[in-house]
Amino acid sequence: MSGHAGRAAEFVADDARLHWHDQAVWFVRNKRDVARSFVPEWEELRTLGSQIKAHTLSRLPDYLEEFEKNALAAGAQVHWARDAEEHNRIVHGILSSRSVTRLVKSKSMLTEECGLNHYLEERGVEVVDTDLGERIVQFRREPPSHIVMPAIHLRKEEVGQLFHDKLGTPAGLSDPKALAEAARQHLREKFLAAQAGLTGVNFAIASTGGVVVCTNEGNADLGTSLPPIHIACMGVEKLVPSPRELAVFLRLLARSATGQPITTYTSHFHGPRPGAELHIVIVDHGRSRILVREEYRNSLKCIRCGACMNTCPVYRRSGGHSYGVTVPGPIGSILAPHIDPKKHADLPFASSLCGSCTDVCPVRIDLHHQLLAWRGELSRLGLVPLGKRIVSRVGGWVLLRTWAYRAFGKLMRMFAPLVPNPWTRQRELPPMPRESFRAQWRKRVRSR
Amino acid sequence: MDVALFVPCYVDQLYPEVGLATADLLERLGVTVHFPEAQTCCGQPMANSGFFDDARPLARKMLEVFAPYDHVVCPSGSCTSMVRNHYAMLLPRESQVADLAHKTLELCEFLHDVMQVKPRGRFPHKVGLHQSCHGLRELRLGSGSERLVPAFSKTRALLDNIEGLQLTELHRTDECCGFGGTFAVAEEAVSCAMGRDRIADHERAGSEIIAGADISCLMHLDGLLRREKKPIRVLHLAQLLEEATR
Repeated sequence: MSGHAGRAAEFVADDARLHWHDQAVWFVRNKRDVARSFVPEWEELRTLGSQIKAHTLSRLPDYLEEFEKNALAAGAQVHWARDAEEHNRIVHGILSSRSVTRLVKSKSMLTEECGLNHYLEERGVEVVDTDLGERIVQFRREPPSHIVMPAIHLRKEEVGQLFHDKLGTPAGLSDPKALAEAARQHLREKFLAAQAGLTGVNFAIASTGGVVVCTNEGNADLGTSLPPIHIACMGVEKLVPSPRELAVFLRLLARSATGQPITTYTSHFHGPRPGAELHIVIVDHGRSRILVREEYRNSLKCIRCGACMNTCPVYRRSGGHSYGVTVPGPIGSILAPHIDPKKHADLPFASSLCGSCTDVCPVRIDLHHQLLAWRGELSRLGLVPLGKRIVSRVGGWVLLRTWAYRAFGKLMRMFAPLVPNPWTRQRELPPMPRESFRAQWRKRVRSR
Repeated sequence: MDVALFVPCYVDQLYPEVGLATADLLERLGVTVHFPEAQTCCGQPMANSGFFDDARPLARKMLEVFAPYDHVVCPSGSCTSMVRNHYAMLLPRESQVADLAHKTLELCEFLHDVMQVKPRGRFPHKVGLHQSCHGLRELRLGSGSERLVPAFSKTRALLDNIEGLQLTELHRTDECCGFGGTFAVAEEAVSCAMGRDRIADHERAGSEIIAGADISCLMHLDGLLRREKKPIRVLHLAQLLEEATR
């Protein structure tokens, strides 16, 4: 067992952690439910969000050019990156040309996707992730396991141990407030020493050329207020036409992500502040390839709220790391195969297709239908295991012929309990009836 | 009223009592039940694994088998959803698909929407309702916990006039049981963890019986229950209603 199934099995084997993780993430799903119940027009908002994104994506080139025009007019510098490589080179270029060796970052899944931290560190830049969860996983040299709660897979005792090692907090200290305060003091030093601040972008507004960053910790704000250089990295799909549409998403985002009505900080950056620089790096990295695929186009509507992960019974019981990609869970399993279908062929199958994700998605992405579409595409590409293909082909042959189906059914009922079967490792087989329904029905009809 | 029974392959072979209970229940309510013998399988196991080419001939066979009938009733949410929601994707150019989709109903929605009955009977047990995912989120047999819509449940409504029946209160009213077809074996660890969590919820709630509209989910839960020698029983809603209305 490799891929997601193998890693998930390891996760499940630690029963205590399994249940703790499941409860912790379910708790956030519950908070979303409560927050949503205060917005009577919630379902309408979801529809609006979905339609706004569809509209924006359908005119993406125009909105991108409008955005660039307005961002430049506001005094920002705009850079275009075709892929991860180009993005990393551009960011490093900005930093190195200004002799920056100390960078603070707020959360950006895009830069994770591009492997920016590693790229910069290799070239002598100290990169400090300032989101508390991100800093924790950065210390541990591991990727985030959730796009909104990067360290959700860790218990406070483990964070306590980590901070004891890295920050010198007392051994055994696991009080979240105390640990957060220790991190705050540590990060404050980093903020003060930083020469540049890098943020992601939650939303980019075409009509104003502004970018919007939502955080609960204020780390994006501090990281961009102190140093004189702000680099904002965004995927092309982050655009919204104007502040009017932005409002819809701001009502949807935090409620879906954490159950808050709004994040503690929602910061709008229109051009640099006086005496400083604002660089906006617009990145494609495979997004326009998704845009041309009708079956998957909706996945570009994603506002990276993480609600699909919180509701996913599989994510909760396998953890973000088991997916082996930057963005895990349902949306991640749809996005990853575009990058490398062979490597990530297991992900669309890491789902029971329960459909809960589709029903929580604030922008109505038909997530479970896209997972099914990927299964079809992977099978067409020959990337599904040969054993499965043979079983399907043979099964199809048998089921098409009523006589063969009946014969096979009889044999199965006779011999299944005698043959080794993966099902029976943890479950009893259903008791095999002597007669099928159709045999009994025939008898019944005859005797009438 | 004449109805053709669409009996899922695994009901036909593994749970014939569910098919018989479905037929008995419908006949008791005055329906004339037909069973077109040529039927085999809707193709869902193939389609769900992405093998659309292997599922297509089976879908065409289904169109043929059920063409002569005005109503098709199926004691499975997932198989009904296959026909209603996914056949159009498999066979985009066949005009008969829309027709079959339109006339195929899952048993509970048939009883609730078409026959508009709430059977009267007696079933003095503590029952935990398992809301199978496809029936719930693809056929909308209930409102579901995710969406902000007026609450409703067709499966639950069918139990309104059953005396003595106590519905237990679960912590998670519609979390997936973990069966998911081939998922049950391909991702065995998570599948069984999900199933065990459902069982624990029912145990905590005091369910004597777990009842639902899809025997596939119940087969998975039952497999775990019997391996762990737990006393909770599983019952398809057709069986529950048939027993209650005898």
